[in-house]
Amino acid sequence: MSLEDKLYTVKYTPDTVSHLQPVQECCRVCKSKICTIICPAGVYEWDERLNKLIVNYENCLECGACRIACESCSLGWEYPKGTKGVIFKRG
Amino acid sequence: MEREDNKCNVIVVGGGPAGISCAVTIARAGMEVVLIERGKFSGSKNMFGGAIYAKHVREVFPDFEKTAPLQRRNVEHKYALLGEDDGTVISYKNKVEGDSYTVVRAEFDRWMAEQAKKEGVILVEETVVRELIVENDCVKGVRTEIEDYYADIVVLADGVNSLLAKQIGLRGNINPEDVALSVKEVIKLEPEKINDRFHVDGNEGCVYEIFGGPMLGMLGLGFLYTNKNSISIGLGVTLSELMKHELKPYEMLDKLKAHPQIAPLIKDGEVLEYSAHLIPEGGYKKIPQLYKSGVMVCGDAAMLVNNMHWEGTNLAMISGKFAGETAVIALGKKDYSENTLSFYQKLLENSFIIKDLRTYRNLMSDVEERAFDFLGYYPEKINEFFKLFTAVDGIPKREKFRKFIKSFFTDRKISEIFKDAWTAVKLLWSILIK
Repeated sequence: MSLEDKLYTVKYTPDTVSHLQPVQECCRVCKSKICTIICPAGVYEWDERLNKLIVNYENCLECGACRIACESCSLGWEYPKGTKGVIFKRG
Repeated sequence: MEREDNKCNVIVVGGGPAGISCAVTIARAGMEVVLIERGKFSGSKNMFGGAIYAKHVREVFPDFEKTAPLQRRNVEHKYALLGEDDGTVISYKNKVEGDSYTVVRAEFDRWMAEQAKKEGVILVEETVVRELIVENDCVKGVRTEIEDYYADIVVLADGVNSLLAKQIGLRGNINPEDVALSVKEVIKLEPEKINDRFHVDGNEGCVYEIFGGPMLGMLGLGFLYTNKNSISIGLGVTLSELMKHELKPYEMLDKLKAHPQIAPLIKDGEVLEYSAHLIPEGGYKKIPQLYKSGVMVCGDAAMLVNNMHWEGTNLAMISGKFAGETAVIALGKKDYSENTLSFYQKLLENSFIIKDLRTYRNLMSDVEERAFDFLGYYPEKINEFFKLFTAVDGIPKREKFRKFIKSFFTDRKISEIFKDAWTAVKLLWSILIK
């Protein structure tokens, strides 16, 4: 089952602004780019062409793994607004 | 608005099992308590395996079994040691005793919050506390997105990521080795199929604890729980292991689902929901400072999880209850100092919570050091043994047994056996003696 299909089963009320704010200068020099691997929702993608970390924050499951895993500890991470984000129905 | 208008006795941040238990304990003593939940409703941001344990739920909600939304009562526990494509399962069944129920957090936490409301807790949902208001090193209130609220005591039950405990220096940064990242799928299956596949009757349930498989040699465990009309299957792997091996958690879950020992159990089921959450697994050594002037921390925010026994929500509820009892005493004395709130820590220390966590204080670090052996090599050897024991291949049995025993000395360096034995003895000593 693809990640897209998995995420399709999750209910969200997405915000219009991201609650995840990487510091792109740190991402550019980050070797592991570990957030692109461990995130259970595949929120982070490295765009070679733009030399930039893409953040699909709408898919975030709000687990917090990226914040702890971030090599340079530079990821701005906060909970989405009270009315926004993931709504688990069967957690 | 005047500060006094926005003030109550206690603010509890986080409407999960810890926060609800704390708030309801305070409300029952006739004090004003506001419970702030960031989700649309209690449970909407929460995920676990999972089962709740009746003994500890009863200590907060004595008659919960009459009205709470419960899924199945667990009567069977299975321990599956999976190899790459084989597996050994040990099973323990007890239909008479057994006091755990599977629940869906969006239903169960919400039910608990409703009960708390009925008993006088003021529940504020869809509100995120962004920071704590601190004056003279004493916590005085909370700052939400909308306004400031003041209280004599603030209780932090804001979950594993507890940004608030960090803000006021009760703990430092969380390390990747101190949390497990868990992913889970809830898979729809007719109750009759569940009962057939898991050999249970009516509303009885079965729990699988899964070692090895896609997590062979890693600090990680799989789980499977039966709900009324669905199966919850997932795994939790220490974040540092995922980082080290560069593994995607959902791909590991797919591998677990495809394992020949597991696949038939969930066959033809439709995935209803995928979810992820962190589990605090730092244990005794990583418990943060639990209180300071005007504030206490409980539940996941205080790292109170006994991962060896899959206990978390019960530690959350009882720690929340203790924080509530301490708050009531402090309010009675009108003294919210560190000295008064230290009673919370005493209650925890005299209970199973700190005692159990202390018992297993070396478990995670010792097992992590030997993860490749304890969670990889030995589970595989157990499967290897059953493979040779069940095989009818014309090879004389004595020859096979001798070869198997010899393999322990030839598979790895002999020094590894001594290291394993030493770690096992050391670990057992710390668990059983001191």
